[in-house]
Amino acid sequence: MKSMRKLNKAGMILSMVIGMIIAACMSPAAGPEVVESDEAAAPAMQETQTTLSIVQERGHLVCIGNAQLPGFGFLDSEGNFSGFDVDYCRAIAAAIFGDADALEVRPASARERFTILSSGEGDVIIRNTTWTMSRDTDLGMNFGPTTFYDGQGLMVRKESGVSTLQDLQGASVCVVTGTTTELNLADQFAAAGVAYEAVVFEDFDQSFNAYDEGRCDAVTTDKSSLVSRQTTLTAPADHVIINVTLSKEPLGPAVRHGDDQWFDLVNWVVYATMLAEEAGITSENIDSFMDSNDPNIGKLLGLEGDFCAKVGLENAGCFADVIRLLGNYAEIYDRNLGPDTVFDLPRGLNSLYTDGGILYAPPIR
Amino acid sequence: MQEIHASQIRPPFYRDERVLGIFTQVLVVVVVVGLGLFFYNNMITGLREKHTVAISFSFLGQVAGFDIGESMIEYSRERTYARAFVVGLLNTFQVAILGIIFATALGIVIGVMRLSTNFLISRIALIYIDFFRNIPLLVLLIFWAQAVFLKLPRVAEAIVLPGPIFLSNRGVAVPWGLPTESWSTYQIILAAGLVLGAAVAYFLREQGKRTGRMPLITLWFLVTVAAVGLIGWIFLPQPLTFDQPVLEGFNTQGGKILSQQFMALLSGLIIYTAAFIAEIVRAGIQSVSKGQREAATALGLNPAQTLRLVIFPQALRVIIPPLTSEYLNLTKNSSLAIAIGYPDLFAVAGNTILNQTGREIEMFTMIMGTYLSLSLLTSFLMNVYNRRIRLVER
Repeated sequence: MKSMRKLNKAGMILSMVIGMIIAACMSPAAGPEVVESDEAAAPAMQETQTTLSIVQERGHLVCIGNAQLPGFGFLDSEGNFSGFDVDYCRAIAAAIFGDADALEVRPASARERFTILSSGEGDVIIRNTTWTMSRDTDLGMNFGPTTFYDGQGLMVRKESGVSTLQDLQGASVCVVTGTTTELNLADQFAAAGVAYEAVVFEDFDQSFNAYDEGRCDAVTTDKSSLVSRQTTLTAPADHVIINVTLSKEPLGPAVRHGDDQWFDLVNWVVYATMLAEEAGITSENIDSFMDSNDPNIGKLLGLEGDFCAKVGLENAGCFADVIRLLGNYAEIYDRNLGPDTVFDLPRGLNSLYTDGGILYAPPIR
Repeated sequence: MQEIHASQIRPPFYRDERVLGIFTQVLVVVVVVGLGLFFYNNMITGLREKHTVAISFSFLGQVAGFDIGESMIEYSRERTYARAFVVGLLNTFQVAILGIIFATALGIVIGVMRLSTNFLISRIALIYIDFFRNIPLLVLLIFWAQAVFLKLPRVAEAIVLPGPIFLSNRGVAVPWGLPTESWSTYQIILAAGLVLGAAVAYFLREQGKRTGRMPLITLWFLVTVAAVGLIGWIFLPQPLTFDQPVLEGFNTQGGKILSQQFMALLSGLIIYTAAFIAEIVRAGIQSVSKGQREAATALGLNPAQTLRLVIFPQALRVIIPPLTSEYLNLTKNSSLAIAIGYPDLFAVAGNTILNQTGREIEMFTMIMGTYLSLSLLTSFLMNVYNRRIRLVER
């Protein structure tokens, strides 16, 4: 019996030794030098398939979006996605396939969206995502043209009489984590020298519920979301969004580092919608422009030059398809956020530069 | 006739128990090491292909930039991520330690009630246990946070209890001592009081052993400490001033504020864990044989003495190991704080810091390592205690 135990022990030692040998044989492939080889590996990536070819092979675009923000990205009770951001997903699908429905919207939370994009589970993020330097660099994102200029705001109860940041001395503020809002709040209150208590929640619903119950004196997020959420409070009329902007929030599409062709494609689809508004082309009157003699319109609609080929698309009328199926920027805006919707958001900064806004698309030439 | 010993017959190697034993062990090690390497390789390849930055913990030294609602140490947005991590850790500690103390006390009371011969008392305990043990903790926590504490009056109409204690849906504001200049001297006096109390207790115990009549050692210990504390208080110019909360502006100022999220998390954890502890206590008490109780009664001990001196010391041996698991559970369950907005370790590190830095692997390694160390520490301490109270067999 005793010798048996000894033998077992010998077996254990033997197996450990074998295990180590195996480990030693396999580890050079996974050895420590790998950790440093980030840069070396990057060029290898370029030789593999491009994002566009992957999308074309798959037959549809996978767009990382929001399912909880009415007006921007919202999943309705029938299972359809709608909203401003979702329409831009549809626009990209329309440019590639000539079919705005060749699209799968992959709903994601604020914190998982970048991971999903960088792991290749999605092709582009259009999910009220703020363009910031650390996201642009550290997280390996490329941000396309801003589709919506937003700003972080504060909503308070009317009865509190608050109208400036200084009035909020000692107040409790509800905020959602995983966004730039948390940082802006800290920065702006520190700059104003106002002490406050941050009550941090993981999701929108809880944050607004706590505010509604009076746990917080103010709630903060992007102004467009405040407008959209105010309608869901128990007594919307008792609340007011104060005239303070805590931050710049340029929202727009983002793609992975490392595929410039794909980045260009996303950029120019967005610019095309703005250029169409500049030229007065809408989804309804586009056919009347098809014999236009204006070279700028001709280039946009694919009557002149091969601009779609420059972003890798064979269909010369790729931008014309976008306009036909989704409309120009004004149509997309009005359909989701304009006067006929519950939000009735004024265009403000989101007007063309010719109308006092800051939308200024470079020319197609 | 030569006898052949059984061990001398060698079966073929594929049926030889020893050979098979060694072979199985080798196989298991190969599979485990292989799997480990596969996943490690997978992670490294994944990291390389996705252009993410190499694993490094240097970001911990960067400025965090965000505020945390409640903190036991000084913290502001200019401090580092490492500091924010510690703030979260201390908040977890606070909830875990208070939770363990109160859950144990409540659990013992309910466990003993469960065994009461009084029908009403034992039924109340039974209902408590069966009710709270069978509701998911997350549901219980959100219930406490949203349906109980958030439904308290708003801070402007707070319920004011004598003290004054302000009860509102922002939390509970209680008067709190603020240390003055003489506080450090007073702490030394208190320490001296503790030493003196211990000396008195030791002396009384020795005397009790000699005379065979044990005095109330704990009582005399407390009296000594309190007496020293009181003398120090009288002779020093006010080591603590009492800071009373007042309603000012948006919130109560001064005193100590136990936030709504903290109260909801703590009460949820206590109530939930106490139900399990009660069952453990009941099992422990019932494991002590009936003869022990009868013998104690025969010796003339009253029921309270029987429980305290005979039943409980023996029950502890059965209680401690499963109780350790409950303590570990409570500590780990405190990570559900994220659902109700309390800034514990997981909420601060696994959510806010992770979000801002995008460093999943580093943050989760740290978080898992921290919870693991906390749990190992708890179970180490409990094992030490378990060894001390174990029945010494002669």
